[in-house]
Amino acid sequence: MGVLIGVSILIFIIARVIPGDPARVALGPMASQEQVADLRKQLYLDRPLPLQYLEFIKRLSRGDLGMSLYTKRAVTRDLSEYFPATLELVLASGMIMVVLGVSLGVLAARFRNRWPDNLTRILSILGVVTPSFVWAIFLVLIFAYWIIVFPVAGRLGDAFLPPPRVTGLVLIDALLAKQWALFWDALHHLVLPAFALAFAGLGQAARITRANMLETYSKPYIEMARAYGVSEGTIARKYALRPAMIPTLTILGLDFAAMLGGAFLVEAVFNWPGMARYAVQAIIRKDLNAIVGTTLIIAAFFLVINIIIDIVVGYINPRIRFRQGAQ
Amino acid sequence: MVRAWYRFSKNPLSVIGLVIVVLVFLLALLAAVISPYPQHAASFTNFPEASLPPSGKYWFGTDTIGRDIVTRVIYGFRVSLLLGVVVLALAVPVGVLLGLIAGYFGGRTEAIIMRITDVFLSVPPLVLALAVLGFLTPNLFNAMMAVTVMWWPWYTRLVYNLTRSIRTEGFVTAAEVIGASKAHILFREILPNASPSILTKMTLDMGFVILIGSSLSFLGLGVQPPTPDLGSMVADGAKYLPDQWWITVFPGLAVLMCVLGFNLLGDGLRDLLDVEV
Repeated sequence: MGVLIGVSILIFIIARVIPGDPARVALGPMASQEQVADLRKQLYLDRPLPLQYLEFIKRLSRGDLGMSLYTKRAVTRDLSEYFPATLELVLASGMIMVVLGVSLGVLAARFRNRWPDNLTRILSILGVVTPSFVWAIFLVLIFAYWIIVFPVAGRLGDAFLPPPRVTGLVLIDALLAKQWALFWDALHHLVLPAFALAFAGLGQAARITRANMLETYSKPYIEMARAYGVSEGTIARKYALRPAMIPTLTILGLDFAAMLGGAFLVEAVFNWPGMARYAVQAIIRKDLNAIVGTTLIIAAFFLVINIIIDIVVGYINPRIRFRQGAQ
Repeated sequence: MVRAWYRFSKNPLSVIGLVIVVLVFLLALLAAVISPYPQHAASFTNFPEASLPPSGKYWFGTDTIGRDIVTRVIYGFRVSLLLGVVVLALAVPVGVLLGLIAGYFGGRTEAIIMRITDVFLSVPPLVLALAVLGFLTPNLFNAMMAVTVMWWPWYTRLVYNLTRSIRTEGFVTAAEVIGASKAHILFREILPNASPSILTKMTLDMGFVILIGSSLSFLGLGVQPPTPDLGSMVADGAKYLPDQWWITVFPGLAVLMCVLGFNLLGDGLRDLLDVEV
């Protein structure tokens, strides 16, 4: 929570210390002095800084982030429209990263210095050094233009209307409405962007899993399990992976949250109707409230991910769970 | 020195990294001499030769207004490297100084500095840079400022951790006992021992700063045309996929190569200097 308050202060300060009058910038040079003064009043820019911040927090606690100067609607409404699309993309990528990354890491640890290990090594370097927009463009070029397997852009085909909105995640809404064709189409649209976004973290995830697996493999109890004749597969699954997942998950959580940054780039390539377009427009038009709102929701997402990781780690590691329970 | 070079050269990946970095620096510095059509780096048009695929005359083809892509990639390296060097030159001293102070003095100073650092580190770097740029006019200078604002905390955290462990070493205690000044202890005793880690991180970060910079200009929020920048070249070319793939693919590969070079070199340095970053 402290971090969220910190981020809100940080964004607030950034917004205010940068020279130039946000109201003037937003209205452009043609606006009259009165119009600017009106907007300043509306944005509480005419009060002293600490008061401005208190007013901002007061309204934030009521779920009010102010009006977007660009869409002329409440920022919260805009965000509730665009954020689910980004969330869907990030969740899908996160799942790809965790499932594929961890499996590759386990393989790399078991077949050390053989081809699965080398593959993860190459993937992890390429993943880190390639901007996600370059991954996105390569994937589109190969799998949407040259070999036509997936659609080029968008979230749904032209033939489909979005499903009745429940969660805002098209995949889940389609399932809830039992529209299977729609679900399939949405999934089809999701594959390329999700992979483009996942590549940055995938190899890293595999490397970290591998390193932690190797560390656990060197522990005496693994040796003992072997001596008892427990099969290699069971050792990997039951004895080595679980302790190895604890440090891995913490780092994966950070990678996962960092995907939000990459999502901006991937969304731009795939014309994905998420936050990226909204935020970039907001930035170009100096839409103060929208920028603050977007940054805050991302910081909040970061925080939520960290809490979830803590809970999952507690679930995997009984020592943490019970110590907290005893207190 | 010779032995260090020998150990470094045993790892082929580090050597590849070094070669790429040297090559990129040479290309950027000698852009005006090396590039085949230097005038194509500005707002030049040559419509009769627009959108030509790669050929002997134009190795990477030409863009939609007939400019040579090889030339523009070479000049793009220049912008990328400038961004990387300026950002690190501004962010590293600030971050290192704050890290030294927080790590050495502890107490309330430490609490304040490290809490502020945590706040910066809790938002994805690209998002923070976007938020800063949100209040500025998009151009190269402001992109540099935005990336700098988000980059110093990483150095603060690194140097803070290093300082905390170096502080307890015998030579620091000895300097304290003979009454050396705080400045002497921070800059002559602790900093030299932290510098291998800082240097390694800077090498790795050169790549990542370039990556973030190209991401910003890809979104249209960094370097503005007609200045050639790898990120905005990829974005412009993406409109003409798939027919004119060379307009976007070659600048994209160029970013990849550049970041790869710094990354491999940084990894090599990390092994050579035996440091954690």
